[in-house]
Amino acid sequence: MSKKILLSGNEAIAQGALDAGCYFYAGYPITPQNELISYMAANMPKAGGVFIQAESELAAINMVFGASATGTRAMTSSSSPGMSLKQEGISYIAGTQLPAVIVNIMRGGPGLGNITPAQSDYFQATRGGGHGDYHCIVLAPSTVQEAHDLMPLSFDLADKYRNPIIVLGDGMLGQMMEPIFVMRHASRVARKRITKKWALTGCKERNPNVIKSLYLKEGALEKLNLLLQKKYKIIKEKEQRYESLHLDTAEVIIVAYGIMARIAKAAVNKLRAKGKKVGLIRPITLWPFPETLITQILSGLHKKKHSPLFLVVEMSYGQMLEDVKLAVNGKAKVEFLGRAGGGIPTEEEIISKIKRIGG
Amino acid sequence: MLIEKIFWIVRSSRTFDSLKAFCNSPNMEEKIIIAGAGGQGIMLLGKVLAEAAMRKNKFITWLPAYGAEVRGGTAYCMIIISDKEIGSPYIHKADTLIIMNNLSLEKFKNRIKKNGLMLINASFIKNDLLISPKMLKYSFTDIAKNMGNIKVANMIALGSYLANRKILDTQTVIKAIEEMTPPEKKYLIEINKEALLAGKKLTLSAHEALTGA
Amino acid sequence: MKKVFSHPRSLRNIPTHYCPGCGHGITHRLITEIIDELNIRERVIAIAPVGCAVIAYDYWDFDCSEAAHGRALAVATAIKRVRPENIVFTYQGDGDLAAIGTNETIHAANRGENLTVIFINNAIYGMTGGQMAPTTLLGQRTSTTPNGREAKFQGYPLKISEMLAVLPAVKYVERVSLHNPQEVLKAKKAIKQAFQNQIDNIGFSLVEILSPCPTYWEMNPKQAMDWIRDAMAKEFPLGKIK
Repeated sequence: MSKKILLSGNEAIAQGALDAGCYFYAGYPITPQNELISYMAANMPKAGGVFIQAESELAAINMVFGASATGTRAMTSSSSPGMSLKQEGISYIAGTQLPAVIVNIMRGGPGLGNITPAQSDYFQATRGGGHGDYHCIVLAPSTVQEAHDLMPLSFDLADKYRNPIIVLGDGMLGQMMEPIFVMRHASRVARKRITKKWALTGCKERNPNVIKSLYLKEGALEKLNLLLQKKYKIIKEKEQRYESLHLDTAEVIIVAYGIMARIAKAAVNKLRAKGKKVGLIRPITLWPFPETLITQILSGLHKKKHSPLFLVVEMSYGQMLEDVKLAVNGKAKVEFLGRAGGGIPTEEEIISKIKRIGG
Repeated sequence: MLIEKIFWIVRSSRTFDSLKAFCNSPNMEEKIIIAGAGGQGIMLLGKVLAEAAMRKNKFITWLPAYGAEVRGGTAYCMIIISDKEIGSPYIHKADTLIIMNNLSLEKFKNRIKKNGLMLINASFIKNDLLISPKMLKYSFTDIAKNMGNIKVANMIALGSYLANRKILDTQTVIKAIEEMTPPEKKYLIEINKEALLAGKKLTLSAHEALTGA
Repeated sequence: MKKVFSHPRSLRNIPTHYCPGCGHGITHRLITEIIDELNIRERVIAIAPVGCAVIAYDYWDFDCSEAAHGRALAVATAIKRVRPENIVFTYQGDGDLAAIGTNETIHAANRGENLTVIFINNAIYGMTGGQMAPTTLLGQRTSTTPNGREAKFQGYPLKISEMLAVLPAVKYVERVSLHNPQEVLKAKKAIKQAFQNQIDNIGFSLVEILSPCPTYWEMNPKQAMDWIRDAMAKEFPLGKIK
């Protein structure tokens, strides 16, 4: 463990990627993720890697495609409007089953929107975002430390499943500084060129490799899709991640992620101090959504008299709410508190909402 | 000028009593908004504070204004220093406001808790507005000018803050400044230290004059 | 006995899907012959386009990647940057390189990426069924210019090679044609130069190839070759541009 340093979320993500052995970064400036690209420009060459300021988000994601095709750990980052542009490349990365890490430091939308923090790209991130039947694994840090720590995990998951990973933060997480411990991840030592037998390296002493997502022969594309679905099923079974608080006694369970979750946590702590039976689920993976946990909570109901009430709090208008409702499947009441476009639900708003719904 | 300062201290003399309780509390949480014009070293002031607090193992968040918001207008940052985990890094009502120009006063004058501490740069803010009973006015920029570097007004303000809110000792802050300064700017450390101490003295001497200590 | 002719090692010995009289087959052959001659097959990474040559990797016997329509040079840039020891080339049509991918093309060229670009200009969109390309000639009828391309509405044939040649980081640009055996030999020489430049670390090299599309020009193969000579080569003069 090395010493504590003060970093912004954007910088911590970049440092986390470098610690994970990321060897290639391409990006295009967009607020509020600019500190990330600047950090990469300053530090990627020092780490012996390649940094490119691309001509567009489209070019950047396709550069990531190219770098990843050679077996290199590669990433890009952007914010909401830029993420819309990247969807083409992400679909190709999913179709060719290349590992890649894509960071979205969300801002207000739709359109040019504004640069305030928001969580309005939840659907885009968790539903695929581009064309075709695919999923990205979506990880949502809620502190600067976690923003750093999720990067090595992201690259490991990307390589393990040969799948695009989206790290979903927001403008506030990207901009804010917190003291963090920077770990030197083990994979950094063995980085640069982890041998991947499918990678494009030149066909020396082996048959040529081809990276493609085009399947014209009858049935061939369906076969690929079935393969992807099988992979997604395994990911859903194995990779659901969350943090939880007071679930055993909670009568109201708040579900919130990212920055919103830390605000919710502060509200939970205040309410608990007053004896209110409130708990928290903070999904760390948004896809796969931690639905198993919710199913378990609801299936253990026979021990309790009443089913808990769920309160979904988002900086968007009912996006994660759908996943919670799908997981709850009508077995409990699901309430909602959300603001977007610059509005952030406050501790006080959460507390008064809970009072209103009878917590 | 000194008379004016003492006047403000008199009006806010309760500051010192409440401070003792504040410092000893194991559940300390201090929310500070620092605001001014671009170029006044607002972000740096906040970062020095955050870096120093980090060395004392506090929980800290530092949140800047960013993007178009800082073009040609006010610059500000929000810092929370706490003994416990911090929820939102955004501050709706601050325990302390450090305000370096008029525009920022307009923007943030309603963002102070009842009885919160306000440190006002009297070099640029001339009005008699009394927002908080603990409103201290010092001519940070003029003092900096007299010291020979107008840019250290922020460190004078920080020094004054440290004297009023004893959450960090001066040595820790000086150490943070030394460690944060890049090699090519090491020559600036000395004047920043002097500025910090000068700022501290502003409040302390006023306090001494007041209490006869 | 001395062997004077054989099938290129880098070209798979299978029938292609290209139409009779199409220029892709000739160009594939030239490229693979050159790769064999330069002995770089085990170092090559090719980027196949979106267009009629989308499955070029089925014919080429070396490492290949697809790229989204227009993005070949972004993909190639990254591959070459992380693996400078490899020989990386893109194979792109006029729509890919000069319409949807203009941005990627200009910026890869302007960065001076050490890449080889094979640019097939056949003045039409083949795979989608004969629509106007940026390089379609004035008056040329396509399915989206049923009355012929008009400058007033569709602008002029885009001379992207000339545009790229003004960039200081671009080291070599030549326009060649496939309309007769002499020109094919010149084309081979130019393509070889573009590969040699990359091997020698000289920088961005592009060869534009005027290539026949008898199907969507609605001509027989002979007429198509003559049309290149009589019409296309007048609009797009052959020879070294830079």
